Amino acid sequence: MAKVEKVKTPKPEELSNISYHPPATDWMDTPTEFKPGTYCWGAKEKDLITLGLPNPRQWSPADEDWKVPEGWETTILDGIAERLSKYRSFKVFMDICVRCGACADKCHFYIATGDPKNMPVLRAELLRSVYKKYFTKSGKFLGRLAGARELDMDVLKEWWSYFFQCTECRRCSVFCPYGIDQAEVTIIGRELLNLVGLNIDWISGPAAACYMKGNHLGLEPHAITGNIETMCDDIEEITGIRVNPTFNRKGAEILFVTPSGDFLGEPGIYTCMGYLMLFHELGLDYTWSTYASEGGNFGFFTSNDTAKRLNYKIYAEAKRLGVKYIIGGECGHMWRVLNQYMDTWHGPADFLEVPVSPITGTRFENAKSTKMIHISEFTADLIKHNKLKLDPSRNDHLKVTYHDSCNPSRGMGLLEEPRYIIKSVCNNFYEMPENTIREKTFCCGSGSGLNASENMEQRMRGGFPRANAVRYVQEKHGVNMLANICAVDRAAFPALMDYWCPGVGVTGTTELLANALVMKGEIRRTLDIRLQDLPGKGGNE
Amino acid sequence: MKALLSFLAVIVLILIATLGVDVANLHFLFGIIIPYLAFVMFVGGFVYRVLKWGRSPVPFRIPTTCGQQKSLPWIKQAKIENPTTNLGVVVRMASEIFFFRSLFRNTKTELRVGADGPKLSYGSAKWLWVGSLVFHWSFLIIIVRHLRFFLEPVPYFVQIADSIDGMLQIGLPPIYLTDLFFLLAVTFLFLRRIVIPQVKYISLAADYFPLFMIMSIAISGMLMRYYYRIDIVAVKELALGLVQLHPVIPVGIGAIFYIHLFLICILFAYFPTSKLMHMGGIFLSPTRNMKNNNRMVRHINPWNPELEYHTYEHYEDEFREKMKKAGIPVEKE
Amino acid sequence: MYKGGKIIVGLVIFLAFLTFPFFYNMGKANAGPENLDANLKQAADSQCVEPADYMRNNHMQLLNQWRQAYVRDGLTEYTNSQGKTFEINIDTCTKCHSTGAASNTSGVSNPAVNEVGVSNPAVNTSDQFCVSCHDYASVKPTCWSCHSEPGGATK
Repeated sequence: MAKVEKVKTPKPEELSNISYHPPATDWMDTPTEFKPGTYCWGAKEKDLITLGLPNPRQWSPADEDWKVPEGWETTILDGIAERLSKYRSFKVFMDICVRCGACADKCHFYIATGDPKNMPVLRAELLRSVYKKYFTKSGKFLGRLAGARELDMDVLKEWWSYFFQCTECRRCSVFCPYGIDQAEVTIIGRELLNLVGLNIDWISGPAAACYMKGNHLGLEPHAITGNIETMCDDIEEITGIRVNPTFNRKGAEILFVTPSGDFLGEPGIYTCMGYLMLFHELGLDYTWSTYASEGGNFGFFTSNDTAKRLNYKIYAEAKRLGVKYIIGGECGHMWRVLNQYMDTWHGPADFLEVPVSPITGTRFENAKSTKMIHISEFTADLIKHNKLKLDPSRNDHLKVTYHDSCNPSRGMGLLEEPRYIIKSVCNNFYEMPENTIREKTFCCGSGSGLNASENMEQRMRGGFPRANAVRYVQEKHGVNMLANICAVDRAAFPALMDYWCPGVGVTGTTELLANALVMKGEIRRTLDIRLQDLPGKGGNE
Repeated sequence: MKALLSFLAVIVLILIATLGVDVANLHFLFGIIIPYLAFVMFVGGFVYRVLKWGRSPVPFRIPTTCGQQKSLPWIKQAKIENPTTNLGVVVRMASEIFFFRSLFRNTKTELRVGADGPKLSYGSAKWLWVGSLVFHWSFLIIIVRHLRFFLEPVPYFVQIADSIDGMLQIGLPPIYLTDLFFLLAVTFLFLRRIVIPQVKYISLAADYFPLFMIMSIAISGMLMRYYYRIDIVAVKELALGLVQLHPVIPVGIGAIFYIHLFLICILFAYFPTSKLMHMGGIFLSPTRNMKNNNRMVRHINPWNPELEYHTYEHYEDEFREKMKKAGIPVEKE
Repeated sequence: MYKGGKIIVGLVIFLAFLTFPFFYNMGKANAGPENLDANLKQAADSQCVEPADYMRNNHMQLLNQWRQAYVRDGLTEYTNSQGKTFEINIDTCTKCHSTGAASNTSGVSNPAVNEVGVSNPAVNTSDQFCVSCHDYASVKPTCWSCHSEPGGATK
């Protein structure tokens, strides 16, 4: 296997030198370039075996030979036929695109690379051209005139390259006059690639870990409790209050599930501390689970089956523990899956009850079937009912802006709840420009399993439009903190901010809340959740 | 090149019609047989395509939400952009179909690299929206106007459409506004395909062909009305004959009419095999025609697969000792 | 989820629109506008201002030309392609092309809104030459917005 050297990420001046002029050759004749730093490692043999996915082997995208099995063309074409019969979305989206180009400059990867194959329309066309050739009469007879082409190894490699340069953020589908959703095409494209063993390590690794150990990070039960214990120590240092969370406790009223990114690494753990403090302050009868210790779902970036298999744990654990309902933490694609897929896969959740906040009595009718609510819905309700004592001045040193994660905004519509929380706990809040927030929000550039380290250049590109909007408010209002409700954001943004707009930190929304939360019997706070001095609040100043 | 090929294809079609009528005298073929064939291919093909889409289920409820969800009672829901009721969906779909709501959002991204680094800006870009809206609405009104050839007596709504369309009363016969708008819009849609490099890059021959067809149909129609005048009473006799299933070929209709008719027939026959099916497809687009009531009402997937799961028992079996040591309750001691 | 019912309903509506002309005209004869010659007061062998074929396609142009010539240029005579001269006057038309017997007050009436409700132009009771074709093709002539209708009250 070719040894891929670690490459140096170009400087921002170099990356922002983008040409939008298409190449001279037609896209069908333009070969795919595999430039180190822009693509991810191939999936490992052991992980595919764990997940029971096809064609496990050691391979590298840098090699000429990708070791796909004999007869792979048939596998792919049969795979397309099967998915056409399963997904109306796929069929319709393959047929009705008029190539108006409205989606083109809506994709963060196109904006940041200028590569026409990163326009959603052309990314879909990569697959559509094969669909036309083998599944439509016009493509069969007219060939290239109708935009059809043969399936060959170069096409397969091109798919792999570009379907793993799409973060399934759905921004294009907001602008498409027919609602064609490239995320849907990418999801199916990736499923097809999986049929011949072409996944990336950064997805299949976490997915395999999640399958066996319950979370993407592969944290074993004692590691989870250990990490949370450490957080509790820190909380005690900050507040003087000892928080005692429970794990896998039967008979709790609520099961709390959050992405495992919150168990390890900054700034995710601060958000997790925020959950612990909030629930303690409320005296909430809830439990963590080490088995269902992952809200996110990297299976969703693999195949429908894998996603369903990973998601299984949440309802199964809720049933085993006998809780009444589930609260989910801050995560992006997790909520796409929970909102649009979980109930369909594993429902009906008739062993649960319609969520009712034990503090305010609010009945969450919007989750009456799925029986799972978002922490922001839960918290916004608490604040609205004045159930929390808050001191927003503790966040006065922060000038905060809010990044809408792709999935909660375009696959759910969770827009106001986190804003309401942030505005209640921060005195300085500034929105980014209108075309870059809410349903038009830009992806962090690392979503859908692309937050590896080997593709850092591509991540910095993909996050450029988002970072550029942050930079706008940084320059205009002095914004120094980027709030979000997504674990991938928390993992990906620090590097992105350092790269494009140094001086802007990254925080989960619940961390901001925890910092402002005045707890019963707490000591005078001199430290923030990060154990740093709270400016203007005594401490070492 | 792709544009040129499509253009040539249309020229060939025009020649076929001209020769067929003027030289070979195949009026019966071009005036009766081909129109019937085209109609059957259009209707049959359209219905076939829609049913083909319909045979695949919608396994998941995947609306693209473009506004605030329905959650807490005091948070204002975007009832149209993020609908939870049938009415909301109907209004959302209607705004897409009649006003191209999503296209209205269009922006143009610009990158400027200055002394203080790169800056992206998103300007308003409504021309595509205006052009498409004018194009489609003109097309619809023109079709409604043409019903005067197919209906006898001519119903009131057709007369109204006609008189409003010709209300400027410029020239004789009066110029229809839609004729002008239509030609302008279709020219715009064509020009942006060849002028904007990105759009040119993604355009296929299959994108230029319908544009040239539609343009030629419009031009031949306008020539017939304003320049090479034809006997429209005879045209109506032909058209009525077709819909009354007693086809007749009145004498003395100029070749320009048969060119116009032939191009329309080809376009109709071509319609179901092409991207023009977006007309039907928009209705079936799951990101637009579904409610975002996912957590309120369970959506059923007819092929929801039975799979093997890593159950809690598996998990506890693997980690029991570690769990016990960490003080985590276990099912089996 | 298929929503097959909704798709079928949608298709039926679509088909209803497409086949509307077939049903609308069902059972009617395609006889064209009423027999024009029957309304002619002159013998069939005499020619109109220009040959009939030309007149059929281009009479509106000729009338427009006449209007221009008479109103703007003060001409009173028109010489046709065969050198024959005609007086530029609407009476030149109505001399042959209207029975002038009974007044048709509805002007260019629309058979669809006639009380008679007759749908077949062949039995249209209209006595005007213009009406039958113009109704048939649904074209409103602008003649009568200035000229008083033949057979009606004169200004």
